[in-house]
Amino acid sequence: MLLAVLSGFLLALIAPWIYQQAGDKAGWILAVLPACLAVYFATFLPDVIAGELIVEHYAWVPSLDVDLTMTLDGLSLLFALLISVIGTFIVIYGSGYLHGDRNIARFYVFLLAFMASMLGLVLSDNLISLFVFWELTSITSFMLIGYYHENDKYRKCAHQSMMVTVGGGLAMFAGLILLAMIADSYSLMAILEMSPSEIAGHDLYVPMLVLILAGCFTKSAQVPFHFWLPNAMAGPTPVSAFLHSATMVKAGIYLLARLQPGLGGTEIWMTVLPVVGAVTMFTGMYLALRSKGYKQVLAYSTIMALGVLTMLVGIGTEAAMIAFVVFLLAHAMYKATLFMVAGIVDHETGTKDLTVLRGLKSKMPVTFFCAILAALSLGGFAPLFGFLGKELMFEAVLDAQYLSALLVALAMGTAMMGVAVALILGLRPFWGELSDTPKDPHEAPLSMLLGPVVLASLSLLTFLALEWVDAGLIQAAVPAVWGPEFDFYLARWHGINMPLIMSAISIAIGIGIYWKWDAVRGLMNRLEWLYERGPEWVYNKSMYGGLPWVANRQTRIIQNGYLRNYLVTILMTMVILVGYTFFSRYDEPLSLALDVEFYHVLLALVLLGAAVFASVTQSRLGAVASAGVVGFSVALVYILFSAPDLAITQVLVETLTVILLVLVLFRLPEFVSFSSRGARIRDIIVALLVGGLVTVLLLATGQEQFYDEAISAAHIEGSVALAHGRNVVNVILVDYRTLDTLGEIFVLALAAMGVYAMVKFRAKDDEL
Amino acid sequence: MEPLMAFVVGGLFAAAIYMILRRSIIKLVIGLILLSNAANLAIFTAAGMREGAPPLIPAGGVEPMITPSADPLPQALILTAIVIAFGVLAFAVVLIHRAYEIVGVDDLDEMNTTDETKELK
Repeated sequence: MLLAVLSGFLLALIAPWIYQQAGDKAGWILAVLPACLAVYFATFLPDVIAGELIVEHYAWVPSLDVDLTMTLDGLSLLFALLISVIGTFIVIYGSGYLHGDRNIARFYVFLLAFMASMLGLVLSDNLISLFVFWELTSITSFMLIGYYHENDKYRKCAHQSMMVTVGGGLAMFAGLILLAMIADSYSLMAILEMSPSEIAGHDLYVPMLVLILAGCFTKSAQVPFHFWLPNAMAGPTPVSAFLHSATMVKAGIYLLARLQPGLGGTEIWMTVLPVVGAVTMFTGMYLALRSKGYKQVLAYSTIMALGVLTMLVGIGTEAAMIAFVVFLLAHAMYKATLFMVAGIVDHETGTKDLTVLRGLKSKMPVTFFCAILAALSLGGFAPLFGFLGKELMFEAVLDAQYLSALLVALAMGTAMMGVAVALILGLRPFWGELSDTPKDPHEAPLSMLLGPVVLASLSLLTFLALEWVDAGLIQAAVPAVWGPEFDFYLARWHGINMPLIMSAISIAIGIGIYWKWDAVRGLMNRLEWLYERGPEWVYNKSMYGGLPWVANRQTRIIQNGYLRNYLVTILMTMVILVGYTFFSRYDEPLSLALDVEFYHVLLALVLLGAAVFASVTQSRLGAVASAGVVGFSVALVYILFSAPDLAITQVLVETLTVILLVLVLFRLPEFVSFSSRGARIRDIIVALLVGGLVTVLLLATGQEQFYDEAISAAHIEGSVALAHGRNVVNVILVDYRTLDTLGEIFVLALAAMGVYAMVKFRAKDDEL
Repeated sequence: MEPLMAFVVGGLFAAAIYMILRRSIIKLVIGLILLSNAANLAIFTAAGMREGAPPLIPAGGVEPMITPSADPLPQALILTAIVIAFGVLAFAVVLIHRAYEIVGVDDLDEMNTTDETKELK
């Protein structure tokens, strides 16, 4: 099964090559893979219906509890089938839609990778691998939405979808880790085997839930994160069709449904999810009704469907979970169809403005057939599968444990508008007098019609052959999200009951809204000021206003460009950390026993005096001279204390330094005191603190023996015997530590080259 | 001798740090010289100081003239440090000189941005 998931990535790798070889037929060839995957997953149906859980284990990073275990139960199977079946048609459709586009090979690459990521997501058992696939869908969809990357606006749309979903994904990652901490396992199977009360009773339950919901809500475009989804239409239509129907936005829904048996059932779950879902579904439909672009209306209706699904998972009763599965299936079929229809209409007429399009029925009969079937399914008309979804949704809402009245009201409102939107999409562009369009409309090629025809027919056939669908898919999927015990069989006709009456009312009012669409839209547009202050406004303000502002400020504070500020920060950090550690841990008294000669004290006084004079004098020559005095006094220390090599080097270097300083510094201006009195006092305090700390540390070092002398002893011992040298320091430099010395030579050579270059090349001064 | 040297080294550090905190770029260079001397002396002091026992082995022998001799390893490290410090100093001095030629001031506060340079006089 791992191979099935990864095959999409593998094919994506060679897709450009296949396109080179096969040209326009590449779409048909590449579609063979998703088609085979669909058949492959379908072969698992009997086992899954029998209640079997198919598990294939692959180790990935065993030491971190990360594996690639693939599990297939009813829910995963339902999603896998949707992804692979719709994926097949999308690849074929894409070859027609993007016919002649020079970047089409790239489209295939990302589409196949996207599909494979989505399959991996719904089949993963391990939370970490699930997250990896989750992010892969965000990244691949970013590439797909930004397909027309030459356009600045489209790039921004892709960027927005990426920022919102990946941002939520990071929150979810934290949530998943908390979940793994609660369950002490990264395996979903193990987590779902725990008793729900054990998870819900844990202290981390609420933060974990909030973080996971943040990921699911952003991915599945719930209010207030819904704004990225309509903008994601910036991608080519096949991408939108796939993204909206079976992938990407369904990822959040999938995870919610997957975790429902383990995490659901608590009050917070059963109030937050239904309310967010219901508000989302109402907002989505409302915004759909006021839009006039074909794809735009569709995108908002997807937000409605995602709201419904979230609400149903939140309600979490048996009826709700059955409604969830049915609605999911219905939505995938009609939404993929309608998007492909939208692409055809746009492609063949040159416009997607629903207020302009009329009377295409005679020119595009097949498209009309697909559109009307799918749209009626969207509106919840019998005899289409969507009808069942709507009925069951009403039933679930009526039975909801919390806030039932609110949910019913929102559901009724949504359903009415849904009927109107369905007619606007399915009927209006095709009925009536043929209108003028930028292109002369004609029927689409076979590659673009295949998907819509098959999927639209399925919307009808699944209703007609309901028993088969019920026994085949629904009976397999519901146990995964509800539990093994349920006795429910789908039926076309439940008699005259409350949901049916609600359906009838919504259809009646919906037709009325359709009739007066222009007037209704006019009314809705009076609230224009409100839409412009929505969550998207907040996003844009913070993304393009707030974030750069914060970045500017913090850069200006941290990287202020003043050397002394950096130094004071570093030095004071050192003083505080080292000083605190030293004084809190070291409790030996420091010995000040001075066993010194007179000339020792004299030398020390000269050193100190010269250093102090160098730092207070106002004369350049005085400062250079006293720095020289310090240097030569240090050489004297080396001579006195048994380091003749150091003394020789120090004398040479000090002479050169003084010469260099005299040569260069006198071409620079006189000493000027730039800093204020306050700054000078601050610097004196910092300097004294550091100096004091060094003194204390050296005093302590003197009375501790941190190492045994074996290293030096070995150096001395081997000096003659091994290295044939009598000056041990030299032997160390050129024998034991030759590479160090080589590095040193290299550094000096570089410095010399730098100096030479700066002295030599000075011709361009005038241009500055 | 080490306790006395500890105070000397502390004083050298204090003077060096006061100088590298100055805005005048020439004072910064003086500070760098003091700082490298201070650091070398700190290592030298920490290694333990011994008078009149250099790590030299007389001809014919296999041991230093006076045992135990001074520790040769810190000396080797300091020798490297002295030379590197000189390389860095030479580079810094020439760089500062060039910067002064271009910017026209030796105030570090005038050199903290790449965007503006003082008008050449």
